[in-house]
Amino acid sequence: MPVIGPIVESDILLALEGVTVSFDGFKAVNDLSLYIQKGELRVIIGPNGAGKTTVLDLICGRTKVSEGSIKFNDTEVTKLKEHEIVRLGIGRKFQNPSIYEDLTVLENLEISFPKGRGVFGSLAFRRSSEVVARIDEIAEMIFLKDQLNTKAEILSHGQKQWLEIGMLLIQDPDLLMLDEPVAGMSVAERVKTAELLNRIIEGRAVIVIEHDMKFVESIAHKVTVLHQGKVLAEGRMDVIQEDPRVREVYLGH
Amino acid sequence: MNIRSLASNWLGFALLTILLVVVFPALLDDFRLNLVGKYLSFGFVVLGLVLCWGYTGILSLGQGIFFGLGGYCIAMFLKLEASTPEATKIQSTPGIPDFMDWNQLTELPFFWQPFHSFGFTVFAIMAVPAAIAFILAYAMFKRRVGGVYFAIITQAVTAVLTILIIGQQGYTGGINGITDLRTLLGWDIRTDGAHNILYFVCVALLLVCILIGRFILKSKLGRILVAIRDKEERVRFSGYDVANFKTFVFCAAAALAGIGGAMFTLQVGFMSPTIIGIVPSIEMVIFCALGGRLSLIGALLGALIVNAAKTTFSEMFPELWLFAMGGLFIGVTLFFPKGLAGLVDDYVRPWLVKVLFGGGAKPTDRPAPTPAE
Repeated sequence: MPVIGPIVESDILLALEGVTVSFDGFKAVNDLSLYIQKGELRVIIGPNGAGKTTVLDLICGRTKVSEGSIKFNDTEVTKLKEHEIVRLGIGRKFQNPSIYEDLTVLENLEISFPKGRGVFGSLAFRRSSEVVARIDEIAEMIFLKDQLNTKAEILSHGQKQWLEIGMLLIQDPDLLMLDEPVAGMSVAERVKTAELLNRIIEGRAVIVIEHDMKFVESIAHKVTVLHQGKVLAEGRMDVIQEDPRVREVYLGH
Repeated sequence: MNIRSLASNWLGFALLTILLVVVFPALLDDFRLNLVGKYLSFGFVVLGLVLCWGYTGILSLGQGIFFGLGGYCIAMFLKLEASTPEATKIQSTPGIPDFMDWNQLTELPFFWQPFHSFGFTVFAIMAVPAAIAFILAYAMFKRRVGGVYFAIITQAVTAVLTILIIGQQGYTGGINGITDLRTLLGWDIRTDGAHNILYFVCVALLLVCILIGRFILKSKLGRILVAIRDKEERVRFSGYDVANFKTFVFCAAAALAGIGGAMFTLQVGFMSPTIIGIVPSIEMVIFCALGGRLSLIGALLGALIVNAAKTTFSEMFPELWLFAMGGLFIGVTLFFPKGLAGLVDDYVRPWLVKVLFGGGAKPTDRPAPTPAE
């Protein structure tokens, strides 16, 4: 498998080794190994049913692995609960915008702010100037500075996607996982999102699942192609595009 | 916060306080005031339902059992006080409650012993319902049982506990409940004067509970509850242990219901299984739905209105009353899901604020409807 540069052990942020998950005998992910380095932007592509979303579900604890190990910063996460994994520094964006429609943009971001996460902590939580400053900073980044007091339900689809990204950013995770961040966006919104992604990868690793090849080309550093729960190919986008196996199962269509 | 939004936020609370503290005592005779006090004891339950059903989306069809547990706790204390050896000297075992004697018990069961202490009883009124709620909630929410399944389980638990109370006649008074309660720390609670004082105690506690409820809903905890109702999974992936939050709110609702049960027992003078079973539990949900499940004050008025209607109409048309209540419930959920409080929020409140503080209020000036009222 082509790899860019030598991998140094200490640079590895996330390591999936021999991961298998089966649903009633069907192996959605089959003996998969995947390594993400610190500060890396990785795009995962592949045909429908290749197991892309399942891989993200496994990392964030939404689905439990049947076999294998997932280590994040050398901590085994397969036995942890979802909120414990989040607190280690892994943020996950879902395919459909998953935000709190009944709350305002400000409140959405505030809930995601990583303080006061216990029952009584949240009761004592106050909207301090530090919190407000951080919310302003994030809102500026995700192009929603003027919509802070807008109810999230009336945002456009693209704005909802940005808001969810913002809700992850405010947690300042070491690893950000985005499932189809530009799905349903207009061309202009896609351009802005690419710009946003290029800005937020600084200082953190990002995994993106995406179908839109133009968008992938505009952001990708390194691409992993999944097929039938396994890694089919891995490497630079231009190399991957020439790979006959990849053209056969995915790009050729 | 300017005067207008301050007024808009506190208007409801102020009007409610005036209604309960001034208007009712001035207009109603002793008998009617005692009835209102009885209705208000259900108000504690609906405050809890607003928190756990309205805001967090946990529908409980078993609040009656928590109401009952609180009521039984104070009833046990009062019964022990009424069962002095002198007062019960004709029994074969003097000094124990009469129904125990009738059931051939010869000594006080161990779990009755702590209820000699008033301090313990006050603690137990909230702690016993909360502890039962905790066991139930922890077991269910950690396993991610929610929605309609949780509602069915609360109902099953209510049925089981009601049957248990009825079946253990010697320990609980069975179907008759615990009756013939007389004094609280030597103070006769059966007189009109005592009823009046208990009414004001009930109102004061209720107002304090509303303030506590508002404090919870205005805090970040309140917004997390709404977030859990909307997108439970997202809350989990924002680093929160959702089960803890749901357990907390369910226990808080149970403790509130317990206080209500205790106020009921004090004002009515008995506690029995007929008040705590499945049908009363569902009625409590209807009070809340009709008044507005997103409004503490609205839900409380719902409890008042439905209970008053029940007293009036169930005397005139006993067979029709249950159908009328069912129809009311369906009508409310279909046509105005936010209940009466929703109508008031949308129409009456902006108009009232405008009248009180002058015109010039464009609809957009109105603060975003704060259902945390």
